Amino acid sequence: MTLDVGSTLVVREFGPVTLEAIVRYAGASGDFNSIHYDEKFAESAGYPAVFAQGMMQAALLGTAVVEWFPGASVRTFGVRFRDQVWLNDTLCCRGTVTAIEPTDGGSVVTIEVGVTATPGERVVLTGAAEIKIPDGSTN
Amino acid sequence: MEKQVGPRIPFVIEEGAVRQFALAAQMKDAWNYGPGSVIPPTFLMSAAMWFPPGSRVSSGFDRARLLHGGQEFVFGGDPPRVGDRLTAQDRLADRFEKTGTTGGRMRFAVVVTEFRRAESEEIIAESRATYIEREART
Repeated sequence: MTLDVGSTLVVREFGPVTLEAIVRYAGASGDFNSIHYDEKFAESAGYPAVFAQGMMQAALLGTAVVEWFPGASVRTFGVRFRDQVWLNDTLCCRGTVTAIEPTDGGSVVTIEVGVTATPGERVVLTGAAEIKIPDGSTN
Repeated sequence: MEKQVGPRIPFVIEEGAVRQFALAAQMKDAWNYGPGSVIPPTFLMSAAMWFPPGSRVSSGFDRARLLHGGQEFVFGGDPPRVGDRLTAQDRLADRFEKTGTTGGRMRFAVVVTEFRRAESEEIIAESRATYIEREART
């Protein structure tokens, strides 16, 4: 794959989101805020149901980034959470190359990233990442 | 007075913890993580597991009104790998307020976690969390 500014990366889909996936992320990250798996607590806080941790979406996006750039190393990764992700949502991770700069022993690729949730095509996460690709890599 | 800087907490990037995280992140090759593997991009969030009670800097926000607004990671030098010994330390970087689109007052707190190599004390990663507290419903 040849990357140029404006190149779009292959959309990576995850889901549908299950309570098991949310609880697994809670266990793996140590984030046990019960708003994400305890329906009564979520309702008492004014939500219609439990919703996924923002960082679960970010972790899935991280997986997409690692798959898009195997063998490269992430220099920066920043996200903003725009909307809740509910059970049974399907998530699509997208990326677009916005800059490519040469650096010592390789290049740094900047990508704009986003996650949308269906149904409704809601934008749930936006962000950007910088990835260092060593010379001679297949990217 | 509010705690602005927490203590430095030592921890090891454990293989099992990284695999569990990679599985939770639905990585196809989660089982390939082993000694020396570069960690998944957001793995350092799980540093939460190594902080003893009371050693984190907290936003102090009401859990029912708490939103995670954003998260940023910056890595420098050689990336963190399975087996590395690091320290993690929180600091409160910023607090501010904004009026939301519906007129409600929202409070913000930015907590930065600094990751250093345990031996050289070189900073190799920084994680920046923005927390938001929605206004109480009346």
